[in-house]
Amino acid sequence: MKHRLSMLMAATVMAAACAAYAQQPPAKSAITEEFEKFREVLEEDNPAELFEAKGEDIWKHAKGPDGATMAQCDLGLGAGVVKGAYVRMPRYFADVDQVMDAERRVVHCMVKYLGYKEADIRKQPFSNDRVTPDHVSVVTWVAGQSRDMKIAAPRKHPKEIEAYNIGKEIFAYRAGAYDFSCATCHGADGKRIRTQDLPNLRRPEEAIRAYQGWPGYRMTGGFMLTQQWRMNDCFRQQRFPEPTYLSDSITALLTYMTVTANGQVYKGPGIKR
Amino acid sequence: MNAMKKTLICAAAALACSAALAEEIRDYRAAAVAMLKRDFKTRGIATADRVIEDGVQAICNRTADNPPKDIVARLEQDALESIRYPADGQFLGDWKEGEKIAQNGRGMAWSDPAGAPGGGSCYNCHQIGPQETSFGTIGTSLYQFGKLRGNTPETQRYVYGRLWNAKAFNLCSAMPRFGHSGALTDQQIRHLIALLLDPQSPVNSK
Repeated sequence: MKHRLSMLMAATVMAAACAAYAQQPPAKSAITEEFEKFREVLEEDNPAELFEAKGEDIWKHAKGPDGATMAQCDLGLGAGVVKGAYVRMPRYFADVDQVMDAERRVVHCMVKYLGYKEADIRKQPFSNDRVTPDHVSVVTWVAGQSRDMKIAAPRKHPKEIEAYNIGKEIFAYRAGAYDFSCATCHGADGKRIRTQDLPNLRRPEEAIRAYQGWPGYRMTGGFMLTQQWRMNDCFRQQRFPEPTYLSDSITALLTYMTVTANGQVYKGPGIKR
Repeated sequence: MNAMKKTLICAAAALACSAALAEEIRDYRAAAVAMLKRDFKTRGIATADRVIEDGVQAICNRTADNPPKDIVARLEQDALESIRYPADGQFLGDWKEGEKIAQNGRGMAWSDPAGAPGGGSCYNCHQIGPQETSFGTIGTSLYQFGKLRGNTPETQRYVYGRLWNAKAFNLCSAMPRFGHSGALTDQQIRHLIALLLDPQSPVNSK
């Protein structure tokens, strides 16, 4: 634990360094290399594990008002089975007759079994430097239980096929004040914004980059951010209105992007600048 | 015939084309649009109606950015006619102000305050001034633009139009329509023209 804390402090120092970088972006190689070097060191003992531990504690020990636990939660592989579940979502869940991505399913279970109020979760869906909500920690733990596994999101059930195809359409849908779609930045090879390389998310070998490292420990601030947050922020930068948290649109988009990345190996919760 | 009518006719033509596509593809598109309209909400200056396509967006969306040539020609003409040129005929602002606008990547997002002038996000996609090495590659390099094109009144007018409505020159261009959408003011566009064309601008140095 002491070791963990020292790593966390190192992260805080790095966060300050990153903030300094952000104000005066240097040439590509310097910032990227420094960050990559630090990430390699840090990922051996990732601060995300602190949130995984908190999530595990909630999953294993929290009880709902009627004594229910997350052991009753089916993430797609049977009640209480967490190992490998994250890389097999989004998927169709018969009990709700819809496709859910991992975060949506985790929240569903925490509301159903642990008595969390959906309205409260929607009030604070994402982390900030003051608070990381419980469901984010649980998602982080669930994700960690698929570490080093191959992504295998199913595309068998008609609703899974539908979600994939709708997500594909959303990916290409340009609208808004800047006429941007996801594909404007992520639909061609070898492009970049400023010095940031842009993965072509239509290609399987690059689609993994939208998946890898999430949930991610944000060094500037020291909290966890999920894929749902990432999609929200993409649409902000796309100059779209704001997507409703855990909405069908985001699930569909995640289904398309995850299925495209199928077969690639997920390395577990990561670190983001 | 006004631009709106022309756009509607073109939209109808595109619909007829897309009828040739597989039935299920059309269904997914319609389902996607309906879903976006349901799920996306107004936040700050980013109003919910932004998820509704306008004519140009719809044509490009429906044809994977490759509409039939005659539709492209007509819609580009519509866009060209819609450009509002400055009444005083002045196109050249201050390149130093232009550089600031080119650097500024803010504007039009729900996190941006209402009424505050946004930037052009130019360096996000283009190489421009020689001193800025952090530039994107989605757009072409604009370094030496004025040197290559010359700082003539015709070029100034052309650049104004291109910044005001890039779709008038390349219908499904990735570049925003900065004047058309109100993302930049006429004065800001003048400063950007100076950045690109003014012989004193570092863009045209050496």
